[in-house]
Amino acid sequence: MPERTVTGAAPALRELGYWLHRYRRIWRGTVVISVANPLLFLTALGAGLGKLINTRTAAALHGTPYLHFVLPGLLAAAAMQTTYVEAAGPVLQSVRTRGNYRAAATTPLDPTDILYGHLLFILLRVTMTGAMFALVGAAFGTVGATRALLLAPCTTLIGLAFATPVAAWAVTVSRPASLTMMMRFAILPLYMFSGTFFPTTGLPGPLRDLAEATPLWHGVELCRSLALGTATAAATAVHVGYLAAMAAVGLWAARRSYRRVLHA
Amino acid sequence: MPPQPLVTARRLRKVYGKPGAREFTAVDGIDFEVRRGEAFGLLGANGAGKSSTMRMIACVSPVSGGDLTILGRDAATDGPAIRARLGVVPQDDTVDTELTVRENLLIYGRYFGLSKVEVRRRAAELLEFARLTEKADESVGALSGGMRRRLTIARALVNSPDIVLLDEPTTGLDPQARHLLWERLFQLKREGVTLLLTTHYMDEAEQLCDRLVVMDSGRIVAEGAPAELISRYTTREVVELRLTDGDRATYGDELRSLVARFEDLADRLLLYTDDGEDVLSRAHATGARPITALVRRSTLEDVFLTLTGRSLVD
Ligand SMILES: Nc1ncnc2c1ncn2[C@@H]1O[C@H](COP(=O)(O)OP(=O)(O)OP(=O)(O)O)[C@@H](O)[C@H]1O
Ligand SMILES: [Mg+2]
Repeated sequence: MPERTVTGAAPALRELGYWLHRYRRIWRGTVVISVANPLLFLTALGAGLGKLINTRTAAALHGTPYLHFVLPGLLAAAAMQTTYVEAAGPVLQSVRTRGNYRAAATTPLDPTDILYGHLLFILLRVTMTGAMFALVGAAFGTVGATRALLLAPCTTLIGLAFATPVAAWAVTVSRPASLTMMMRFAILPLYMFSGTFFPTTGLPGPLRDLAEATPLWHGVELCRSLALGTATAAATAVHVGYLAAMAAVGLWAARRSYRRVLHA
Repeated sequence: MPPQPLVTARRLRKVYGKPGAREFTAVDGIDFEVRRGEAFGLLGANGAGKSSTMRMIACVSPVSGGDLTILGRDAATDGPAIRARLGVVPQDDTVDTELTVRENLLIYGRYFGLSKVEVRRRAAELLEFARLTEKADESVGALSGGMRRRLTIARALVNSPDIVLLDEPTTGLDPQARHLLWERLFQLKREGVTLLLTTHYMDEAEQLCDRLVVMDSGRIVAEGAPAELISRYTTREVVELRLTDGDRATYGDELRSLVARFEDLADRLLLYTDDGEDVLSRAHATGARPITALVRRSTLEDVFLTLTGRSLVD
């Protein structure tokens, strides 16, 4: 029998192909959501809450209009949330109910190929969401067009930092209720307390230390400093380093748990 | 020189869990060979280790011990290259219920690196083969169990595999769906595809398998062609008697003395003999009044009973 050579795209890109195929049917809806979400936030916070805050506590924001302050925070938080939504449920279904991971595991793909392909898709989704968010912000005049451009790759990095540990965990989960618990007790508190809506400098000492140790805080600060033009090389390196380290550890854990689950 | 077997297992073992306390040996040192073009069966009760063996051959479960060679390659190191040439029908269907029947074939084919044109052509052929052409553009969620199983088999053929692994292909299907599926598997056999299947249905093993091994608690207890196993391990015929509890107590010992081998099951007595009619008339002569009595040919079920002392289906 002559050796059949395996042709076509790299294995991970074939897994990406699966996710893109599914996405073809729902992409319009996701674009609408990606635009509507920042639009609603900016309208509510800008027209309502922002006016209230600007007149009273502008000092804490060093004179920055609240909308300009909150936009990059919301963008970083949305990146985290989108990543969680794209990674947790779909990974669980892929290995349990729908079983598409188990099907892919019987093809030439290795568990790590499956992981990489799905991660690529998640990063694509989160980057799109981030880019749309930045675009809406630029249209509102809350962030300059050039600075808005810098925000998209930041959401990719935040996405990678969260997607890898979430996937590493979700592939081992058997009850969907666990995902809701994680959303409620980890993702939402991070969303609220990582400097998304207010500067952590206002928090009492220990709480502030805690908030500034979270990954989302580093993501928020990274985005905010770039959007407001207050970034320093040292601080940016710390934020990027933190998120990259989290992504590296997450990737190591995910490779391990994917192999254990898909090649039991 | 005889042609090289497609699959060779030597002292093959599968151990689950952490070494020590939680360790569990599911496959306990088995040897077998699968030859080109044959239909080879793994027959055994629940938990015998059939799926564990199949998953190792499919290279989705690492070998814990021994050697496993598939298509001339080592399962431990050549997983992707081996999987590229296998067709796998897992015990639990993994067809994508959110996609259409055709999409399932297209997507799966792309995983093997087939071009879009090639995979389209292949999908059309396989829809025809699986008798699913009319359902091609319906969602998989709307298929019956038998159709879903046929789709899984069609999907496993998308890469024109050298070996097709079928883990309990017909479990859970009604008789009509099973027969349609068997008929499709026969066609594959006629086309010279090597089939490796597990089952706990005797009739399925007898119908489909050229050769089989009987597994029990992770070990192989017998190996051979179905007819060979029947003649080696059991008599030609069996007399099956159902008796009232009273008759059973009164005539049990006398009935037992009529034959060399006798099984006392919960709901019936089995009398093994080469002349069923003769034993049946002698059973009636004892005075016992069976509720039902029948003479039948011995089957693999009887082989299994002889070898393990247990019934296959529980
Ligand atoms: N991933 C696993 N981890 C731990 N134990 C397992 C695992 N998979 C199977 N086992 C155990 O190994 C034994 C053999 O299982 P296997 O699935 O191979 O049996 P089987 O012959 O296919 O049974 P069935 O007819 O029920 O499908 C069983 O006792 C089972 O509980
Ligand atoms: Mg099984």
